[in-house]
Amino acid sequence: MSQILHLLLDLSVIAILLGGIQRFNSPVSARFGNRLASLALALGVVLALWRAGTAHPLLLAAATLAGAAVGWRLAMRVTMVQIPAMVAFQHGAGGLAAALVAYVELGVAGQGALDAGRLSGLAGLLIGAATFSGSMIAAAKLSGRVRPTPLILPGHGTATAAVLVVSLVAGTWALRISPEALLVPAALLAAAGGALFAVRIGGADMPVLISFLNATAGLAAAACGIILKDRLLIAFGATVAASGSILTRVMCHAMNRRTAKVFAGHQGEVNWRPFDMFHKAQAAPVDSPPPAAAPAPKPATDPLPAAVAALEAARRIVIVPGYGMALAQAQFNVASLAARWTAIGKSVKFAIHPVAGRMPGHMHVLLAEADVNYDLLHEMDAVNPELGDTDVVLVVGACDVVNPAAVQTEGTPISGMPILEAHLARTVIVCNLDRQPGYSGVANLLYDDPKTILLLGDAQQTTASLLAAFAPQ
Amino acid sequence: MTDLFFALVVFAVSFAIGDRLIRRVPPMLHTPLMSMTNAISAVVILGALALLATDRAPGQQALIAAAVAAAAFNIVGGFAITGRMLRMFRSEGAAQRSDGA
Repeated sequence: MSQILHLLLDLSVIAILLGGIQRFNSPVSARFGNRLASLALALGVVLALWRAGTAHPLLLAAATLAGAAVGWRLAMRVTMVQIPAMVAFQHGAGGLAAALVAYVELGVAGQGALDAGRLSGLAGLLIGAATFSGSMIAAAKLSGRVRPTPLILPGHGTATAAVLVVSLVAGTWALRISPEALLVPAALLAAAGGALFAVRIGGADMPVLISFLNATAGLAAAACGIILKDRLLIAFGATVAASGSILTRVMCHAMNRRTAKVFAGHQGEVNWRPFDMFHKAQAAPVDSPPPAAAPAPKPATDPLPAAVAALEAARRIVIVPGYGMALAQAQFNVASLAARWTAIGKSVKFAIHPVAGRMPGHMHVLLAEADVNYDLLHEMDAVNPELGDTDVVLVVGACDVVNPAAVQTEGTPISGMPILEAHLARTVIVCNLDRQPGYSGVANLLYDDPKTILLLGDAQQTTASLLAAFAPQ
Repeated sequence: MTDLFFALVVFAVSFAIGDRLIRRVPPMLHTPLMSMTNAISAVVILGALALLATDRAPGQQALIAAAVAAAAFNIVGGFAITGRMLRMFRSEGAAQRSDGA
């Protein structure tokens, strides 16, 4: 009887969680969904305490308070540009917690047969450890503490695979012979494997990595649930794994790349050079950081008056924001421009490429922070058919996602990648730092289109000068 | 054996339902979705609670306490950031509302 009661309680908590996730289908209901999900987690904790109690109440309270206080403080301070780094850091915390729980449980169980429960405990330990180190690397790259470019060592793929396999072998051996002596080295090896895995991914591929780490953090939790025979842990972990794997696929699809290729890093593609039909001399190695003073060819005349004239005459304007906008902190100027143009009767839309930003949906959050109504944000597939009938497309800090080479040229690294077809508009205004190619290394054909007006330089300044031109009289 | 079978069923069913629901999440909400599921992945705190139900050696206590702190950080931080982000999303109709973060 009581077994059935506990099963029903668990199922109710799982239903609350799924109800919360279901409400993420619209921005308004998602707020309630977030509360439902946190309620489900709180109920899980209450149930666990009610069922088993605790032998260490003080320790538990102190650890919870310490973690919660730091989490709350960071959550309230972090800016939307820093969100990907913060989320990556939190993936790491989840992975670490899973690894520690699995380690203690395996240690308590001692040596013995390799049953399924213990093997999944080992999976929790190794996946958790690899998620932890991979996430720390990702967080360091995303926050700019480490160069965000991919770092590729000789034999990188083989080394990563070898380290992960050795950690698995050592872990299995540890379970049989001596958990005390070998589990720690196995976990450290897994952590090294996770780090090796993450360092080779960089730049515009980060959304894929962060989504993947989301999935592995969930998987590690579910694996711990199997050894602990905890239904809630398994169910919650599985849901997270589902979410992370969907986002991984969505991101890869948006870049027209296979997941395996992203994780294989730029290997074989390291020698990418700008696929440059017009400016051979500008070819720069992909991995070099952009030079401090970008060699922008000085236009004969100031392009600003032409840009302002085109915008003044325009009735339909589509703004294409990229991560460069966020780097220049230009989103607030861009939001003001949009508000200004809307106020004087122009139709203004934002067109968002799925991989604009450093994590899935990042651009939407950046614009929401700048007070752009979400009704103005439109997805790539919805906007593309309208671009032919658009007077001005304003590109701010975006490169690869508007590069017509993706649809016009065969054999470049971005060929076949779905893009925002800015080149179809009557006029294109580009507020980018310089003419350098984007992350793909493919020169942007849009820059050489006669209908393109280039406003090169810091996007915060170029958008400010546009804003000045449209200041209310 | 039945335990493992049951565990795998729970995993498969949750994964399948989660998959269906998450497919319907619009791209606009992918960042809040990830930070929310990120908080959920710290559900492993339940495992730490289970381990603390009985008396533990000091060394194990320290490790579990670290796990609890990391998970609590992840849970509170994850849900708080998600809530903050979702409050920033405004539509034309809700533009007058002022829930400042």
